[in-house]
Amino acid sequence: MIGLEHYLTVAATLFVIGIFGLFLNRKNVIILLMSIELMLLAVNINLVAFSAHLGDLVGQVFTLFVLTVAAAEAAIGLAILVCFFRNRGTIAVEDVNVMKG
Amino acid sequence: MIQADLTIIIPEIVIAVYAMVALVGAVYTGKDELAGVLTWVTAGLFVLTGFWIGTSGEGTNLAFGGMFVDDGFARFAKVLLLLSAAAVLMMSQGYMAARGILRFEYPLLIALAVVGMMMMVSAGDLMSLYMGLELQSLALYVVASIRRDSVKSTEAGLKYFVLGALSSGLLLYGASLTYGYAGTTLFAGIIQATGDEVSLGLLFGLVFMACGFAFKVSAVPFHMWTPDVYEGSPTPVTAFFATAPKVAAMALFARLLHDAFGSVVSDWQQILAFLSFLSMFLGAIGAIGQKNFKRLMAYSSIAHMGYALMGLASGTVFGVQAMLIYMAIYVTMNVGTFAFILSMEKDGQPVVSIDSLHLYSRREPGRALAMLILLFSLAGVPPLVGFFGKLYVLRAAVEGDLVWLAVAGVIASVIGAFYYLRIVYYMYFGEERDDQLDKGGSPVLYGFLMVSAAAMLIGVVNLFGIEAVAEAAAATLVN
Repeated sequence: MIGLEHYLTVAATLFVIGIFGLFLNRKNVIILLMSIELMLLAVNINLVAFSAHLGDLVGQVFTLFVLTVAAAEAAIGLAILVCFFRNRGTIAVEDVNVMKG
Repeated sequence: MIQADLTIIIPEIVIAVYAMVALVGAVYTGKDELAGVLTWVTAGLFVLTGFWIGTSGEGTNLAFGGMFVDDGFARFAKVLLLLSAAAVLMMSQGYMAARGILRFEYPLLIALAVVGMMMMVSAGDLMSLYMGLELQSLALYVVASIRRDSVKSTEAGLKYFVLGALSSGLLLYGASLTYGYAGTTLFAGIIQATGDEVSLGLLFGLVFMACGFAFKVSAVPFHMWTPDVYEGSPTPVTAFFATAPKVAAMALFARLLHDAFGSVVSDWQQILAFLSFLSMFLGAIGAIGQKNFKRLMAYSSIAHMGYALMGLASGTVFGVQAMLIYMAIYVTMNVGTFAFILSMEKDGQPVVSIDSLHLYSRREPGRALAMLILLFSLAGVPPLVGFFGKLYVLRAAVEGDLVWLAVAGVIASVIGAFYYLRIVYYMYFGEERDDQLDKGGSPVLYGFLMVSAAAMLIGVVNLFGIEAVAEAAAATLVN
């Protein structure tokens, strides 16, 4: 029997993978965007699992909002990334370093 | 029913509709030729809406089943952020037009960000909180990188985006846990579900959400984006980042803590005291080595957020009042300081190095004096208004049994005074150099600088009566 804890465990695992992807990745900014998406989707699993467990629809409404915002966020992130690539000619994470201190 | 709800959110609707109509209208007509006009119109609209909200609102009104709260606290924050956004827009017009980076999207993105902020300070539900926050953040990511052909500006936008999305993710994870363990997303429901003893799941939710907000207000240890974003963004955008979004995030933080977790003050008090302590010291120490005025202001704002959080950490009505007064004073000082930074030019090119200020007082005694007052006020030197802001939060901390935090705040403000006073030293007793700033400058910027400096002096009398207003606002939040 798959219960609430299993869903929460999966969501927590995905969320942590997403955070580690943000901090440990040294290669490519696209991977950062994927990690962000992973975090938001982990939250969605959480919300839907709670919603089903509580028998309350609000969680699923919240999920729809999160999905929409995640799409907008990815679009803006990619747009900024394209501008950055035009100026810098690279999207490696270690090259995002003009400013330091 | 819907009629009553809509009446309450008319200010937000007006600005949102204005932004969308103006956006489409400008695309089909003059595009960037209209940018100057749109900037002034948007600023005017902000001022009008600010006065409207400030004078007309009464009592506490709930819309959409409690998801949107219009109370004295929200109105105070809205007036503050609308006026500061208007001031920044007026200051940025001349600067951006002179450098050819004034696009018509700029004032409209600011307008959308302001709608997001107004949603944030009025949020009564985790969903409206999230939507307001994201509306604000998405617009801000774009304005940070509005200078599309500059490596620094796009890099600032990219860094802000990645770390901002991370903080939204943390916040959202906290929101999902809170929803799961409280069974509702309404703040009013969460406070009932928590009772006097917070469950472990809710505590995790609270901590995750606090981390997300700490990012947004740039409190240590979640501050690392601030210096880079401040340095890389065009200066008017930096001025905006340092004012309105900070007010909105701080007000939302206060609302979440008091409306949703107000019954378990002792649980979040330690988190806030910890954030406040680290922010004050890192802000004070990190700025010491900075030569770039914008980076310096970034560390300065980190330190100031530490003091504002100190007020919040006390968990009392007086603490919220102190936080509101502190934010109002902070915004006024920052508007003046950024008006000065925007007017720093050499041969028509913007300069942000503080080394260029050597012996500035010999050439521009009036501006140097205004800047001296502002810098003393930022440092918290009595008897200027900035000192009273610090006094309020320190009193709040003492009343909230956080004496150690108040003592730490005094020590940090002494350390922090060093880098403000160093600029004063350069301006008055520096050495003769050849990379000196141009004379003169825009009358608008001069006006803002002088008004802000004068406010720091005249406000000493009664703080312009803000004390009573802030007290009433705080009383509507804490119960």
